[in-house]
Amino acid sequence: MNKIKQRFISLPRPVKVLLWVLLALFAYALPLLELPIITTPGVDFGGVLFVVTMYALVAIGLNIVVGYAGLLDLGYVGFYAIGAYTAAILTSFHAHWPLLLSIPVAVVATTISGVLLGAPTLRVRGDYLAIVTLGFGEIIRLVAVNVEWLGERKGISNIARPPSIGGDDGLFQIPHLYWGDGTVLLDTEDTTAFLKFGVLDQIPYYWLGLTVVIAMLFADKLIKNSRVGRAWEATREDEDAAELMGVPTFRFKLLAFATGAFVGGLAGALYASRQSFINPDSFLLLFSILFLAAVVVGGQGNRWGVVVGAVLVAYLPQRFREFDDFRVLVFGLALVLLAAWRPEGLFPPKRTVRARQLEQDLEELEEGHEGEEAARA
Amino acid sequence: MNFDFLFSNLPQLTIGGLAFGAIYALIALGYTMVYGVLQLINFAHSEVFMYGTFAMLWTVMALGGADADGVQLIAILIAALFAAMMMSALIALLLERVAYRPLVKKNAPRLIALISAIGASFVLAELMGLRDRVTGWIGLDDDLSEYVGKARINNSMAGVVDAPRWEIGNVTLSSIDVIVIVAAVGMMVLLDQFVRRSRLGKGIRATAQDPETAALMGVNPTRTIQITFLIGGLMAGVAAFLYMLKIETTKYDVGFLLGVKAFTAAVLGGIGNLRGALLGGLVLGVAESWGSALFGTEWRHVVAFVLLVVILLFRPTGLLGESLGKARA
Amino acid sequence: MPDLTKQTPATPDPEAPRSTAPSGGGPVLEVQNLTLKFGGLTALDDVSFHIDQGEILGLIGPNGAGKTTCFNAVTGVYRPTSGDIRFQGGSIVGMKRYKITQQGIARTFQNIRLFPTMTALENVLVGADAQHKTGMFTALFRLPRHRREEREGHDRAMELLRFMGIHRKADELAANLSYGDQRRLEIARAMATEPKLICLDEPAAGFNPAEKVELMNLIRKVRDQGYTVLLIEHDMKLVMGVTDRIVVLEFGRKIAEGKPAEIRDNPAVIAAYLGVDEEDAS
Repeated sequence: MNKIKQRFISLPRPVKVLLWVLLALFAYALPLLELPIITTPGVDFGGVLFVVTMYALVAIGLNIVVGYAGLLDLGYVGFYAIGAYTAAILTSFHAHWPLLLSIPVAVVATTISGVLLGAPTLRVRGDYLAIVTLGFGEIIRLVAVNVEWLGERKGISNIARPPSIGGDDGLFQIPHLYWGDGTVLLDTEDTTAFLKFGVLDQIPYYWLGLTVVIAMLFADKLIKNSRVGRAWEATREDEDAAELMGVPTFRFKLLAFATGAFVGGLAGALYASRQSFINPDSFLLLFSILFLAAVVVGGQGNRWGVVVGAVLVAYLPQRFREFDDFRVLVFGLALVLLAAWRPEGLFPPKRTVRARQLEQDLEELEEGHEGEEAARA
Repeated sequence: MNFDFLFSNLPQLTIGGLAFGAIYALIALGYTMVYGVLQLINFAHSEVFMYGTFAMLWTVMALGGADADGVQLIAILIAALFAAMMMSALIALLLERVAYRPLVKKNAPRLIALISAIGASFVLAELMGLRDRVTGWIGLDDDLSEYVGKARINNSMAGVVDAPRWEIGNVTLSSIDVIVIVAAVGMMVLLDQFVRRSRLGKGIRATAQDPETAALMGVNPTRTIQITFLIGGLMAGVAAFLYMLKIETTKYDVGFLLGVKAFTAAVLGGIGNLRGALLGGLVLGVAESWGSALFGTEWRHVVAFVLLVVILLFRPTGLLGESLGKARA
Repeated sequence: MPDLTKQTPATPDPEAPRSTAPSGGGPVLEVQNLTLKFGGLTALDDVSFHIDQGEILGLIGPNGAGKTTCFNAVTGVYRPTSGDIRFQGGSIVGMKRYKITQQGIARTFQNIRLFPTMTALENVLVGADAQHKTGMFTALFRLPRHRREEREGHDRAMELLRFMGIHRKADELAANLSYGDQRRLEIARAMATEPKLICLDEPAAGFNPAEKVELMNLIRKVRDQGYTVLLIEHDMKLVMGVTDRIVVLEFGRKIAEGKPAEIRDNPAVIAAYLGVDEEDAS
């Protein structure tokens, strides 16, 4: 694994970019390829992939809070819910805004709620923060259950979809592949309209989700490699030392919390739009735990790790639906085993790898240098 | 807000709240002691409690509690209490062995230990929820259908214990509530004395304060941790027994909300602090009871969590502060 | 990237420090009647001293004399019960800890407190960031300020690592550095915050005699770059050799102040400190 990583890191930049682009193209094309084994039987694969992207998005957001800033948040689903409910209220329940207008409002509302929750609670110690956030997640759900204005248990339906481009038939039809016995054919019967968002047209949602995930990965990288990212990590490592090195730790913790809330709210709003219907049961505490598991399974602090974690957590249960009854059981077992065998997650942050690489380079250079001197003498 | 209702029923509401609070407090002990010694939120402690409720239920069913009364019923209940305590203690020890010891040995980060605890919690709850399937594989489901049926829904022992109600003036008191409060507080006092006075208790406190020095002084850390889990399990078993006396119904996921509440109680009183757990539990129970009278029962859980947040803001180390372990900066 | 051809580690960089005044100016720090009580315990009792621009002041005393407590009060960890601490003329009592650092007081820790899973370079960059303003938005859109600050911070951090002689370990995790390198990294990180006053809390703890000599030279070099240094140290030889002036604390009180030679002959100091130290130090 490390060897592959090292080889990749030492590739020239254009090659790296090309590989990334190919990977992205493959990701976009995935639902059209109808690959055997991977494609989920009995469930719309596009829909499954959309859910996977939402988990990935949430994992990226939660990773900022948990992985970078080291704040244990057990109530992340609360932000997801606020995003979803804001979108639902604005586009269906109390107003009829277009979705694209409601998403920014949803995201702003969620970010504000993150600040409001964080400002008083981020001063309490880590473990208390866990329980306070857990309480917050539950409060949000219970408020949704009990308040008529939020639809109570019945929930809210007819949430707006994103605007389709090119009307009901889309601009053009994209055929899927068909895997016969040893042959691969274009299946003109089975097509996806570009770009129509509908109940039965899940693939465009996946494309939308994937695009947002890619954008967030970029943003995450930019922020991580800056003063902000360093301040988060320093705070996580040793809050007092960070403060004494001039880091306003409280402000940065709040920033991490708000950023996490922002991403969570965005995911919630997109999710609400795809579902077209939400009720409080969509935001059980279980989901907070699943989100956290996605972050930890992949390796907290590593953005690709958490994306992989999200894929595992969201995809595997869908793929193996025949074991539906046992999925929580298996999932729990997996967590226990993983914790015992790979406490740092499947993919710990790659900095260690990079450091080792650089070490080697230096040694080689050093030897070369000494060699030259020896030759001269 | 319904102040009239609150004030006209204040005694009942308070007693009912105290009874619930006493159960929270007993469960909270498990959280607070493990946290004091390991700085770990034992997320799976809720399942320790849940298994206790089933042990109680099954014992009562197996011994024919539904048809018994008088001395016979009391004997059955004592057997059920014993069964609940044994079951909970067993699960707690199992948890320690399987989910925590490997991690403690590796010195894993605390977040990972929490994840392991969450995983163990899922496994335990799901095993109970899938018990019909599990027994089905070994062909026992017909023989045990009485016990393993209704795996995913409520299991009730209503009507087994017909407790008297006392009328004092215009106040009705449930004798069960009184028994629950007295028994729970009694257990807590015993435990408090045990931890303060006994050799084992001193070992626990020493390990909580400084594991390395305690180990150098001859306290076996592994054993101390085991005993901590054992005590937490026994107390959760008592809590399970009292809970079943009062509520009479259980389900595979009953532990979750109770566990969260109990942990809230532990934090409320000051985590790591035994007396804090008692106080936190009672305060939480009464606050919930009054709160649901004021705002309606649907707001009960919201009241509990809001209370927690408010108290932590003004007293960041809980009502009584942290005492089992060291004061950590 | 470290410049590997440059084998001599410590070439002082004329641009690195931000010395606002030449050596020998007025007092940088004035501690006035500082008293600190924890419950019934008086940790510091009416302590006053000052540090002049460009000098190395030693703060010594037996264990428990209140040296580190004094440090903590200066850097804002503890709030004085009474008395005042003035930095460059203004009071810093009650100021937030990070603000004090941004104003120009940096410190190291007696028991090393680096950010263990960040690289050496990143550790120093966190220090350099104290004077930076980049926020979320600036970083996200890679605005000019971000680029400038990253470049400056990186250059400065590498310069400091080279100055401390650990530039070749720039990309090692702090946790993987040797003990001595961790101490050096702490000093580099403190210097990166561009302080006027740098407080070193027993920087030589755990060093062998050769390393101590090296450190002594290093501290002088730090001062020569225009920094003012407050030094807590146990090792008398080191303190006598490197400091310009010494303040002696015992049981939270100042019992002596003066040049190293004066301190050496002060009977009160000998009674309180040197007698004890001679046994275990030499």
